[in-house]
Amino acid sequence: MLQNRVSYTLDSTLETVNSAEETAGRMAAEAGFDDEEVMKISMAVREAAVNAVLHGNAYDPGKKVTLAFERTAGDLVITIRDQGTGLDASKIPDPLAPENLMKTSGRGIFLIRSFMDVVEIHPSRSGTEFKMIKHVRGHATDSKEASQ
Amino acid sequence: MTMKSSTRQVDGVTIVDLSGRITLGEGSVILRDTVRDLLSKGHKKILLNLGDVNYIDSSGIGELVAAFTTTKNQGGELKLLNLTKKVHDLLQITKLYTVFDVKDDEANAVKAFSK
Repeated sequence: MLQNRVSYTLDSTLETVNSAEETAGRMAAEAGFDDEEVMKISMAVREAAVNAVLHGNAYDPGKKVTLAFERTAGDLVITIRDQGTGLDASKIPDPLAPENLMKTSGRGIFLIRSFMDVVEIHPSRSGTEFKMIKHVRGHATDSKEASQ
Repeated sequence: MTMKSSTRQVDGVTIVDLSGRITLGEGSVILRDTVRDLLSKGHKKILLNLGDVNYIDSSGIGELVAAFTTTKNQGGELKLLNLTKKVHDLLQITKLYTVFDVKDDEANAVKAFSK
């Protein structure tokens, strides 16, 4: 049984990316999601962790990544926070636009938004927080939001 | 499981059998190095067999795009073979499925390369 809230403070390393993905998969399975949903949740968390480690903290050993999971009555709520300079998501090009289709990067946030029900990106001068929500079946609404 | 790569030649086409995960770090690097090595040796007809690739992230998708573009820019051809459902779905939602030449039969894929 998933505790109500658990959080981890992690180094800015590739190992953190893999560990965040694995932990998310385990938490999602414990929350009762099926295999396909577990894969989507763990991949969204992986992409957010990549963003935090690479783009937020830029592998700085002095900066940490905070990963938290919270199980509410109807949702699995996951937050990932870095200590970078703050991401301006509005400046990220649409990866589906024809001129961007063959770019080799820039799909991470798009995948996060594709796989989670609600995605909020909260940038500040002290870092960026991704809040990602997946509705547990039976409590889900059909709404899909993406806000900054 | 990290990624493994092995190559074989069939009728002038280099088939790269990949297995495991194509993700940021080792998996992406192996794919990049494999394709670069083949091109540097003049092997410009490349068929990436992804039948045993069970996971790919945005970095891996980017590496597939880079492999496709690099091969094309050097006058070669790169096709994909045997996509798993996960990889197929990812290429669909990123609108890359129609960009790549995707095959599901090895013999037909080999024949599809220009002579």
